[in-house]
Amino acid sequence: METPASIFAYAPAPESRSVVDIAPSYGLFIDGEFTDAADGKVFKSVSPATEEVLSEVAQAGADDVDRAVRAARKAFEKWSALPGAERGKYLFRIARIIQERSRELAVLETLDNGKPIKETRDADLPLVAAHFFYYAGWADKLDHAGYGADPRALGVAGQVIPWNFPLLMLAWKIAPALATGNTVVLKPAETTPLSALFFADICRQAGLPKGVVNILPGYGDAGAALVAHPDVNKVAFTGSTAVGKEIARTVAGSGKKLTLELGGKGANIVFDDAPVDQAVEGIVNGIFFNQGQVCCAGSRLLVQESVQDEVLDALKRRLTTLRLGDPLDKNTDIGAINSAEQLARITALADTGEAEGAERWSAPCELPDSGYWFAPTLFTNVTQAHTVARDEIFGPVLSVLTFRTPDEAVAKANNTQYGLSAGIWTEKGSRILAVANKLRAGVVWANTFNKFDPTSPFGGYKESGFGREGGRHGLEAYLDV
Amino acid sequence: MALAVPLWAKAPCTSRYARRYAPLVTMRTTPPTKTEEAGRATPGAFADVTTSASTLRRFLHGLPGVDAVGLEARAASLGTRSIKTTAKAYAIDLAISMIDLTTLEGADTPGKVRALGAKAVHPDPTDRTTPRTAAVCVYPDMVATAKEAVAGSGVKVASVATAFPAGRAALGVKLADVRDAVAAGADEIDMVIDRGALLAGDYLKVHDEIVAVKEASGSARLKVIFETGELSTYDNIRRASWIGMLAGADFIKTSTGKVGVNATPANTLLMLEAVRDFRAQTGVQVGVKPAGGIRTSKDALKFLVLVNETAGADWLDDHWFRFGASSLLNDLLMQRQKLATGRYSGPDYVTVD
Amino acid sequence: MSDARLSVLKTYKLYVGGKFPRSESGRVYEVTDPKGKWLANAPLSSRKDARDAVVAARKAFGGWAGATAYNRGQVLYRVAEMLEGRREQFVREVADAEGLSKSKAAAVVDAAVDRWVWYAGWTDKIAQVVGGANPVAGPYLNLSTPEPTGVVAVVAPQESSFLGLVSVVAPVIASGNTAVVVASERAPLPALSLGEVLATSDVPGGVVNVLSGRTGELATPLAAHQDVNGIDLAGADAGLAEELEIAAADNLKRVLRPQAVDSDADFTAAPGTRRLTAFLETKTVWHPTGSLGASGSAY
Repeated sequence: METPASIFAYAPAPESRSVVDIAPSYGLFIDGEFTDAADGKVFKSVSPATEEVLSEVAQAGADDVDRAVRAARKAFEKWSALPGAERGKYLFRIARIIQERSRELAVLETLDNGKPIKETRDADLPLVAAHFFYYAGWADKLDHAGYGADPRALGVAGQVIPWNFPLLMLAWKIAPALATGNTVVLKPAETTPLSALFFADICRQAGLPKGVVNILPGYGDAGAALVAHPDVNKVAFTGSTAVGKEIARTVAGSGKKLTLELGGKGANIVFDDAPVDQAVEGIVNGIFFNQGQVCCAGSRLLVQESVQDEVLDALKRRLTTLRLGDPLDKNTDIGAINSAEQLARITALADTGEAEGAERWSAPCELPDSGYWFAPTLFTNVTQAHTVARDEIFGPVLSVLTFRTPDEAVAKANNTQYGLSAGIWTEKGSRILAVANKLRAGVVWANTFNKFDPTSPFGGYKESGFGREGGRHGLEAYLDV
Repeated sequence: MALAVPLWAKAPCTSRYARRYAPLVTMRTTPPTKTEEAGRATPGAFADVTTSASTLRRFLHGLPGVDAVGLEARAASLGTRSIKTTAKAYAIDLAISMIDLTTLEGADTPGKVRALGAKAVHPDPTDRTTPRTAAVCVYPDMVATAKEAVAGSGVKVASVATAFPAGRAALGVKLADVRDAVAAGADEIDMVIDRGALLAGDYLKVHDEIVAVKEASGSARLKVIFETGELSTYDNIRRASWIGMLAGADFIKTSTGKVGVNATPANTLLMLEAVRDFRAQTGVQVGVKPAGGIRTSKDALKFLVLVNETAGADWLDDHWFRFGASSLLNDLLMQRQKLATGRYSGPDYVTVD
Repeated sequence: MSDARLSVLKTYKLYVGGKFPRSESGRVYEVTDPKGKWLANAPLSSRKDARDAVVAARKAFGGWAGATAYNRGQVLYRVAEMLEGRREQFVREVADAEGLSKSKAAAVVDAAVDRWVWYAGWTDKIAQVVGGANPVAGPYLNLSTPEPTGVVAVVAPQESSFLGLVSVVAPVIASGNTAVVVASERAPLPALSLGEVLATSDVPGGVVNVLSGRTGELATPLAAHQDVNGIDLAGADAGLAEELEIAAADNLKRVLRPQAVDSDADFTAAPGTRRLTAFLETKTVWHPTGSLGASGSAY
């Protein structure tokens, strides 16, 4: 008989791929129709777990951007004039259809993005539906939102979203835009265009008027053309800080309303009286959720020096139980890195960490032969001066720093150009409140991490961007106030 | 990476609890010897912890707190593990072999206990490859009957004792209860702690009573029931776990099955963390037994996942993990039949208790 | 009294870190009334003065942001009190600066005093109006609270040298930011005198810093300064505003763009909350709540 250890190595439990039917090719979605790019260009969307080509997608260029913006402009007049209650009902429909199709969309997202089905099924998709459901209800209540009587829509919103939460970021952008009466041209990331194109089909099923939502798969040039388009009234971007700054320069002087949700280097602060077992879970969730490809990841662990050994021992023990592999397997904890390019970036930064003298530890795990993979990794002996403590890695790499006193913890946590997220682990209530008060970050999780909700505003301080998405606050970005 | 690589090989780290406690006691710097561990109530590293009410209290209050939401979230997330095919077949047999098949009714009769014993020995009369359960669990006056019913099978007889389930009796009565059970041949004693004393903060009383029961149990293995539903907070459950382990418990057990809240994923996870930490610091392994409320195979498998990913594979054995259950067995048997035949089974194809 | 008495003129100085320095450049420029009559020589601040002002504002930020909202409200109200006491001086300075009649200037000063009172009352209310508990779907208490952005550069309106100035500075500091103010280039004297009021109103040194000089020369390094978190472009013309907005992108400053509403006529209108919320960050903190005890949550 085999030992229990080997036989209880959970047999594969793959989610069925057959719930999703991916077409061999997709067009741009403009004015309610799928259409080829003006110049006929296409690109391939690849499954990062297997490098299999999933579909061939039309690649938007500047002409297509213009066409889409014109369609959105044409649709704006009627859409913004609809009674809020009617707009809201479209959004409620969309929310419901997403719930109905959530398993299909979860599998699709896992295929295109590489993240575990456990996450798309239990986090992404429920949040996507909830976001539409939440903003649907605002559409006829804008007078009561605290932005004065009868706040007006801005017009055409140009939205550019990243690849880490493709459908969730789409929801964060489109739901408030439509609820407030704007029309939308959205560019998904070039590595994850498929769920946005499926969303176009959901718009069709919901009977959304033509031109209200336009989807333009493409690369950075299409995004740049979109934000620069003179007939766009509102620009919303989620992505890197470098691109965010470029966009801010582009829209300067144009009067376009701008919101940016950018990078981060979140500090997860563990005090000596922390609930250790839950803190370890929070650390793991903070940096290994979605392979660490999360702008609000807790990528810096600040642990009180007096409990460093104990916390790190427990953390390493826990990391050895993480299961890396087929993202469609329901038991997979760590999926694939989204692209070869991102993997190269993570690898280079991790190598820099090692070269600069930080001590590297990776969970013992076998990486699949094909696809893009990176083992969960810790760096210890890291100081504020190390590159891995300052640069956003956007991967499953945790930098461990120590502190001696609460003051030092706060000073180190705030010592970054970013200010998106932070975590606090302590059993002392007054310390939670005092530390949370002093952290310069838009979202602070006390004794928890990486929690999201449509009612809860999300966004950064400093170079993590400006504006808030979610909640009542999220309406402001799309209203002329 | 899929499976826990035990880190036990490394020397027990100087724990935070130990460090916090350092001003109070002199920590030993050498690992405890084997003989020391085997026979004694308090493992060497923590010998001084139980010397007085105040040292014990300070130690227990120095244990890390438990965040309820985080604990329950972790338990729930482990509950989403999907156990299929070979792993499922293995896990079902493992779960059957871990059951303490229990009858604890005022209406128990020798006939009922004999039927239970027969079922423990051959859970599925139609399939003799079905593993036996770990034990039958009965009241002390039924031990002799049970012993006879399972004779020669390897199935152990566990007896509840110490004025189960309330435990509200004088210590002498409780100890007499234990001695009776042991004299009747019980292999295992399932005692209840004095929850009132624990809630009143009299930790040493709880501890000393366990020590006394352990002594009265002789060679029988001692399971210590906390009645977690009455302790109310996770912090209390963690403290109770440490009291039990320090006092020499062979198993720590969630519940009597007689109150509203019995074994839950979260309280069992917490106790698994306790035995994991205890072994890391003392080298002494203690078993865990969730009891009450686990009725389906699906639930049982999820508890095995908790064991696998928290304490580790070393606990995936009926010597270290038990289910206190009765109706669970039939559901496991039906699942077992389904795996064997490909058809869903029904209650007519398993035996009524 | 003899007509021959020569009046004592005031040497106008900058207001930086609670002190009244001259420009480190040692230079001044001539300030006249709209008809060209000499009024005073104002310090011609340099980029180094701007840098020093940012240092002072940063140093003051922690204390000011950390003060209770009630305390900030009292301090702002104290400014109104002090200003009321110096009403005659400001009426004269505003009349000279903007070429207004005494009565029109008096109306402007009165409005400015009232504006301080308006914002004094806002300090301990804005958090309740724009923050609150979010009903998240889960066992968490989730609270959003506004916090000040940090150091804010304020390009004060060019024409409305006093009411416009107060209208842009008061909301910035009401919410706990500290400010580096570039006064109206042509009419900086009311702004420099306001420094004297602030210095005697319990406003901690460095919370407001006032620079006079060439708007473009001062605003440009402030817009590019990496330790400035926000910029109000009220007094920048379209060309300069665009330039400053581009420079501000380097560290993603929060930019309050000049709008039609900022034109001079409108500073007399009710200010609303737009400026008050322009330099606020929303911080959202999650706390687990859960059940009181080890509840019976089961699979």
